[in-house]
Amino acid sequence: MPSEVEKDAITGTETTGHEWDGIKELNTPLPKWWLYVMYATIIWSLGYFVFYPAIPWVNGFTRGILDYDQRTDLDRQLAEVREFRGELLTRIEGASLAEIREDDELLDFAVRGGGRAAFAENCAPCHGLGGGGQQGGYPALADDAWIWGGTLDDIYATLLYGIRSDHPQTRFGIMPAYGVDEILTREEITDIAHYVVSLSGETEDAEAAARGAELYQRPDLCVTCHGENAEGNVFLGAPALSDQIWLYGGTVAEITAQVHNPQYGVMPAWIDRLDDATIKMVSVYVHALGGGQ
Amino acid sequence: MATAAAAVAQDTAGTRDSVDYNEDVVRLFTLATVFWGVVAFLVGVVIALQLAYPVLNLGLEWTSFGRLRPVHTSAAIFAFGGNALFATSLYVVQRTCRASLFGGRDLANFLFWGYQLFIVLAASGYVLGITQGREYAEPEWYVDLWLTIVWVAYLIVFAGTLFKRQEPHIYVANWFYLAFIITVAMLHIVNNLAVPVSFAGVTSYSLFSGVQDALTQWWYGHNAVGFFLTAGFLGIMYYFVPKRAERPVYSYRLSIVHFWSLIFLYIWAGPHHLHYTALPDWAQTLGMTFSVMLWMPSWGGMINGIMTLSGAWDKLRTDPVLRFLVVSVAFYGMSTFEGPLMSVKPVNALSHYTDWTVGHVHSGALGWVAFVSFGAVYYLVPKLWKRRELYSLKLVSVHFWIATVGIVLYITAMWVSGIMQGLMWRSYDSLGFLQYSFIETVERMHPFYVIRALGGILFLLGALVMVYNLIRTIRGDIRQEAGLAPVRPAAAVSAE
Repeated sequence: MPSEVEKDAITGTETTGHEWDGIKELNTPLPKWWLYVMYATIIWSLGYFVFYPAIPWVNGFTRGILDYDQRTDLDRQLAEVREFRGELLTRIEGASLAEIREDDELLDFAVRGGGRAAFAENCAPCHGLGGGGQQGGYPALADDAWIWGGTLDDIYATLLYGIRSDHPQTRFGIMPAYGVDEILTREEITDIAHYVVSLSGETEDAEAAARGAELYQRPDLCVTCHGENAEGNVFLGAPALSDQIWLYGGTVAEITAQVHNPQYGVMPAWIDRLDDATIKMVSVYVHALGGGQ
Repeated sequence: MATAAAAVAQDTAGTRDSVDYNEDVVRLFTLATVFWGVVAFLVGVVIALQLAYPVLNLGLEWTSFGRLRPVHTSAAIFAFGGNALFATSLYVVQRTCRASLFGGRDLANFLFWGYQLFIVLAASGYVLGITQGREYAEPEWYVDLWLTIVWVAYLIVFAGTLFKRQEPHIYVANWFYLAFIITVAMLHIVNNLAVPVSFAGVTSYSLFSGVQDALTQWWYGHNAVGFFLTAGFLGIMYYFVPKRAERPVYSYRLSIVHFWSLIFLYIWAGPHHLHYTALPDWAQTLGMTFSVMLWMPSWGGMINGIMTLSGAWDKLRTDPVLRFLVVSVAFYGMSTFEGPLMSVKPVNALSHYTDWTVGHVHSGALGWVAFVSFGAVYYLVPKLWKRRELYSLKLVSVHFWIATVGIVLYITAMWVSGIMQGLMWRSYDSLGFLQYSFIETVERMHPFYVIRALGGILFLLGALVMVYNLIRTIRGDIRQEAGLAPVRPAAAVSAE
């Protein structure tokens, strides 16, 4: 309800004479600093309009005194980086993998710079930073066990085309599902698992391992791909079974499961995702992680 | 208690009794505010813990972060914040117009149940994976249509009450509430213009495409902050701060100038969400400069809120409810400085897509929106249930301190994490290659995610203290305690 304009006893300011549900209002003037800062932001904005793209028209907009353009700015920055790396990158593009490996400057650029950065951004989510690998089918790249080969050319080819990827030249190998497809009985698979465990350690059941050894060496079974001494075969992507490196676990139960119904990982082909110089640098980087052949 | 007694006396004085205020619906909305507040904070804690410990996604699609995050944001903004706005606006508009709600009890009840239905439809859709993928506008077309009906009814009730007011002028709180209701209607309708695939299906496609679609979305998104979480809550501030402080509003002139400048400038600020994207340069300039110009209009509200306490500063020591209200205004001031700062393009180049943005949003959502709502709810509950005072002012104080520590942990963790993240992303080695991989930045953020979750847990605990206090208040209990709210000489003009 309206009330009289009165003087507030505490601040000495007059009220407006309005009142709502007991609330009155003082008629305090706008704080000066508040007003001036607001003017300052307005003036700053008007100034910005003069220097930068600002006012839209029917078929364009004012470009501003600085003629700034986001796209041009980005292109300029990218060109700067290219120029900065220019010579080394051009040399990498022209060099073979072996030549990069031999040239200290190029090797340093690939291992410490481009290869490391590209690996961290693209490969590390599966293979881990530094190529440590992860449980569940992501092989370590820092050791000397190579499923598809550990020479520079092998690594380069794996990177280009991937493993079981959708690229026509992909590396491809699968193990039959011995259990699911009823090629072997459950007991036979367990026997083989005991044998495989015994290759790199001790088995609890020597009899089963002995039966497994016989099965293993049968010409239509394991030996064909994994080799007589279980040394593996990099041409077929058959991992060595004589070491203690396991993609899907090394217990009897885990090996039984893998023979029964194998799991496979997929690595994408990078040929369409990264440029050739980057793939070369990543190859050299992975090769240099510790186990390159 | 002197303040309470004076307030009760004031309420029963004069002609105010003769108006048949609809307080039933305000009571319902107040209860819903508290209920959804706890839900919002709880889901927030869950998803914060999911970020720190991904195993808590439970491997189920319904409980994954992607589905629960919109449940959290919608519960906080629309369920908690929305119900607080309904409760307070319908209370304030009646009191300051000396008129009962336009449209009668049935329309008011429709508002309540219609709005709760909207919340349940939206949230259950998110969990089942039904979403438009538009931030803060995730509900699909059928939920949007329903909300439109409810919202138009809200506008009719609110504006109708203003029309039948018995006061010569419209109080400033109502300007803000009305701006909020009208603008949110406009934003909601335009941003949700979409074509359903079929009337039997839940999917729809936006009318806009490409960068126009993005700009429409962020025009909406930023003004959801500007009009839902700012204008509406300034309405709360303009009623409950002078009421609780028992002081006149600091400056009528400031309220006029900052109201009009705020609503004029806010609506253009959305493009700052799309810096360095396909959005044309001139539109980015627009978003940035209008955000910077928005700084003082926002601070006008802070000045009016805080300076209303001149002559009553001592009450901050003794009245934790007023402390909630005033600290909320301080957080409002902080967030509305940080916002324009982050909209400046070189700053945005560092802050965009990082946790800094998350921290900024929460200093506004927890510090401003939630605190001013807590203050209003603590004020309203004794009034609505005709109790002399709250069950315990000490517990309000406990709530205040737990929640404040929670906010400080939250926002400082996000500042550090966000700035670190931004710096790591843009860090190059001597050969011009990225220094860090994305996964390394995630690894470094882990401790801050844990601290953030801890902050959220404290905030949730504080809210549970409030729930207990309010239940006891509604039951009519008063806890014997000394030391708070002593007698103060009534020197202010507002105490009639």
